[in-house]
Amino acid sequence: MSKEDVKEPRGKVSRRTFLKGMGSGFISTSAISTGLFNKEAVAAILEPETERISEPQMIQLHINGKKHTVQVEPRTTLLGVLRDGLDLTGTKEVCDRGQCGACTVMLDGKTVLSCMILAVDARGKKITTVEGLADGQNLSPVQQAFAEKDALMCGFCTPGLVMSATALLHNNPNPNLDEIKEGLSGNLCRCGTYPKVFEAVQSAKKITRKGG
Amino acid sequence: MAKWKSLDQMSILSRHYPRLDAPDKVTGQAKYVYDQSPKGMLFGTILSSPHPAAKIVKIDDSKVRKLPGVKAVLTDVHPTGTIRYVGEEIAAVAATTYEIAEDALDLFQVEYEVLPFAADLNTAMKDGAPRVFSDRSNFRDPRVRGEGDIEAGFTEADEIIESEFRTQVQTHSCLEPHGSMAMWEGDELIVWDSTQAVHGVREGLAKFLEMPVNKVRVICEHMGGGFGSKLQAGRYSAIAAQLAKQANAPVKLMLTRKQDFMTVGNRPNSIAKIKIGAKKDGRVTAFSAVSHGTAGIGTNARTRLPIVYDIPNWKHEHYDVFTNAGPARAFRAPGCPQGCFAMEQVMDEIAEKIGMNPLEFRLKNDTNQTRQKEWKIGADKIGWNSRNTKPGSDSGPVKRGLGMGGSIWWPGGRGTQASMRIYPDGGVEVRCGTQDIGTGTRTIVAAIAAEELGLQIHQIKPMVGDSDYPRSGGSGGSTTAPSVAPAIKNTAEKAKTKLGELAAQHFGVEPAQIKWQKDSLSVVGMQNKKLKWKELCSLLETEPLELNGEWVEGLSSAGVAGCQFAEVAVDTETGRINVEKVVAVADCGLILNRLTTESQVNGAVIQGISYALYENRLMDPITGGQLNADFENYKIVGSMEVPEIEVILYDEPERGVIGIGEPPTIPTAAAIANAFYNATGVRLHELPMTPDKVLIALAAGKED
Repeated sequence: MSKEDVKEPRGKVSRRTFLKGMGSGFISTSAISTGLFNKEAVAAILEPETERISEPQMIQLHINGKKHTVQVEPRTTLLGVLRDGLDLTGTKEVCDRGQCGACTVMLDGKTVLSCMILAVDARGKKITTVEGLADGQNLSPVQQAFAEKDALMCGFCTPGLVMSATALLHNNPNPNLDEIKEGLSGNLCRCGTYPKVFEAVQSAKKITRKGG
Repeated sequence: MAKWKSLDQMSILSRHYPRLDAPDKVTGQAKYVYDQSPKGMLFGTILSSPHPAAKIVKIDDSKVRKLPGVKAVLTDVHPTGTIRYVGEEIAAVAATTYEIAEDALDLFQVEYEVLPFAADLNTAMKDGAPRVFSDRSNFRDPRVRGEGDIEAGFTEADEIIESEFRTQVQTHSCLEPHGSMAMWEGDELIVWDSTQAVHGVREGLAKFLEMPVNKVRVICEHMGGGFGSKLQAGRYSAIAAQLAKQANAPVKLMLTRKQDFMTVGNRPNSIAKIKIGAKKDGRVTAFSAVSHGTAGIGTNARTRLPIVYDIPNWKHEHYDVFTNAGPARAFRAPGCPQGCFAMEQVMDEIAEKIGMNPLEFRLKNDTNQTRQKEWKIGADKIGWNSRNTKPGSDSGPVKRGLGMGGSIWWPGGRGTQASMRIYPDGGVEVRCGTQDIGTGTRTIVAAIAAEELGLQIHQIKPMVGDSDYPRSGGSGGSTTAPSVAPAIKNTAEKAKTKLGELAAQHFGVEPAQIKWQKDSLSVVGMQNKKLKWKELCSLLETEPLELNGEWVEGLSSAGVAGCQFAEVAVDTETGRINVEKVVAVADCGLILNRLTTESQVNGAVIQGISYALYENRLMDPITGGQLNADFENYKIVGSMEVPEIEVILYDEPERGVIGIGEPPTIPTAAAIANAFYNATGVRLHELPMTPDKVLIALAAGKED
C-alpha cells in the first residue's frame, strides 16, 4: 500500500478553466474560433496562473429588448450571468461545455451556446433568450406548436429546442424533415420528445408562413 | 367496486389534450430545482474522490476556509472513510458564487491511502481480483429461480441452442442533474429536490438527518428527468441541508455532469449464458440461464430471464458481482432490456432451427392474450410477411431486415391519497403528493377531477410535487398513473356526493332525488329545481368544501404486455446500423391522455434505440474512473438518429388504468438485433451494436 499526498485530485481542464486561462479582454472568443492565436494568448493558456483582468466589473447587456447592468467576473459565462445574475432561468445549464444545446440563445439573431461565451463578449450584441420569444401572454408560433403537439416531457431541453427551432424557421421557412432533424441536431433530449418536436416544427412552419 | 364511465360518456379522458404546464415549459417560466435562487442563497459543491479504492487519512481544509466568499465547509460527509468508487463524496463547500465554490475544491488537501481496485466486471470476476469489500468475495451468493424439471425438458426437446449475450452499463443521463436547494426555517428543513418521490425523499432525509418527518418538507414542482435514478434521498441533499445549517443561508447543490454520470445510478450490465430447447412443433420445453452483472458497490444487478414467455421447465441462476463503481439504481424496467436482448434472440435462433416463422413460434409460446393480439397488429403494420425470409440475401452493401421483441411488466399501483378543496366561487384545487416527472401526471390529475365533476380541465388547479400534500408513492415502476388516478376519482366522487347532499338540503328533498348532468344538477322530475356548478358552489357560502380520498380497488390493474417490430438497414461496408422504422404496440388499459401516452412510448423506444446502438459507460482500467462521463463521449440518441416510430396504443379500457412508462423500452434493442440478423444472416451477441462490433461479426460470419 502506497501513501499518496494528493493535492490536486480533480485533474480537470474544464471549459471554464480554459476560458479563465485565456484572460478575457485580452483575447476574444471570436479570435479562438478563427484561430487567431498570438504568442501572448498561447502563453496565457500554457500558464493558467497568469492573471489578466481578474476584478469583477460592471457591464451592460441588451437582453430581450431591455438593457441590464450587471457585475460580472471576466470569467463569467453568458449562461452564468443570465441564470445567476438576472434570474433568466429559462436558459438551462446541462453539460456546461457545449455538448447539449440546452443553453441555446440568440446573439444578433444567430444561435449560440451561452455556456461557451463569456458575458463580457456579449456586450453590444442583441441577446434573445427563451423568455423573449412570447409577446406578453401570446406564445410565439414555435412555442404554441410545441405546447399543442406535446413536443416536451420533462421540459429541461425544451427552451434550447424552442430556440433552435425558431432560428431554423427564421433561416429556412419551409424545411423538410431532414432539414428539421439537422437543424435540431445540436440539442439533446433525454426523454425522447423528438418525433413530437419534428411535428411541432412542421406545424409552426405553417403558422409562420401564413405570416403569423 | 369502483368503475370508470364508459368511453362514450367521457369527454376528456382517453382523448388528446395538451399538458397544462406546457406554456410554462416552452417559455422558460417553469422553475426547476436548478432554477431556485432565494435571497442570500449560496452555491454548494462537492469534492469527489479521484480514487476508486482508498482510505481517507486526513482532510486539511485550512486553505479552503481562508478563501473569501466561502461560508460553510464540511469534511465529514463520508460515512466510513473507505472509498469504493471514483466520485464518492469527500468534502463539501458553500460559497457566495458557484465560481468560488468550484475554486474552493482545489484548496482541500486530502491524504489518501490508495488501495487496489476492480472497476469493471471482467476484472472483478478474475481469480485473485482485488476485493471491493475486504471481508467478502466479489461474487454474491446466486439468486436461483425456476420451476419444472429442466433435465426432462431438455431431453424432450428436438433442438437445443446455447448462446451467450452481453449488455453494457447504461447511465440515466437526466438532463437536470441530481441536486437540491435546502433552506432552514428555524428547526424545519425545506428542500427543493429534483426527485421522483417527494414523500420518499422526505422520509429518507428525516432518517438520515435524525429529524422528525414532520420537520422536513420536500418540494419538486418541475424536474428534468429521472428514469428511476431519482427515487431516493441523495447524500447531496443531506450535504446541502448541512451546509445550509452551518452557513445559516439557503444552499443550492447540483451535481456536476461528471458526478452525475458516476455516482447516482446506472443500469447494470450483464453476461448471460443461455440454453433453450424446443420441440419441432414449436413448443419451448426447457430454458436455463446463468447470468452475471454488476451494480457497482450496490446489489440487484439481476437480468430478468426468462422474460415474456411462460416456459414449463426453467432455471435461472444470477450472480451480482461487486465492482469499484457507483451503485446502480432502478432504471426504466430494471433487468428487462438486458434479459429481453438475450431471450428474444434465442427465440429467433431456435425458431429458425426448427424451421418455423418467428411470429408463429412466438404465438405458440406466448400465453398472454393481450400480446397474442398485439403480435398480429404489429406484424401487419411492419409488413412482416414481405420480409426477407432468407437472412442476408439482399444484394448490394446495404441490407435490410425486420425483427421483433415482446415486453412485459408487472406492478400496478395503489396507496395514493388526495384531497380536494372546492371554493364557494366554484374554483377547485386538487392536492396530491405525487410528482410530475415529465410524464404529464399534473395534467391527468386535473383531467380526472374535471371529468368526474363535469368541468373543463382549466377549471381545476392541480397541485402536486410537495410533501405537504397527501401521501403518494414514488414515480417508479410505472405505478404513478394506476396509483394516482383512482385516488383522484375517488376524491371527486366524494365531493359530488357532498355537493349533492348540500343541494338536496337546499331544495328540501332527499339526496337520492338529486341527478347530475355534466356540471349541473337537478331534482328528478323537477326541471325548475336546477343548479349550475357556480350556483351549486355558492351554497357553500364562506367555507370551502374540503374532502379527502384515496386509492380504491377496481379502477386500475397490474400486468402490462406489448411488442415491437424494427426495420433496419445495415451498411455492411461501414458497419453502421440505421434503424428506419419501429412499430411499437403498447398495452394501455384505459388511456388517460392519448397525447402524453404517445409521447411516453416514443421516448421509451428512443431510449431503447440509444441503448441498442450507442450508449456505453466505459471504465478506465488504469484510473478506475469513467472515461466518457460527458455528453460528447457518452453517446445518446440525437435528432438525426430518430427513425419513424409508429405508436399503436392498444387500449382495453375495461382493465382500468395501467402503467405505460417502462414496458415500451424493454424490447427495442432485441427487435433491432433480430432485424440485424434478418438483414445480414449474422448474430450480434453484445450491446451496444456499434460499427466495430458489426464489422467484426460480419467478417467472422463470412469465414464460417
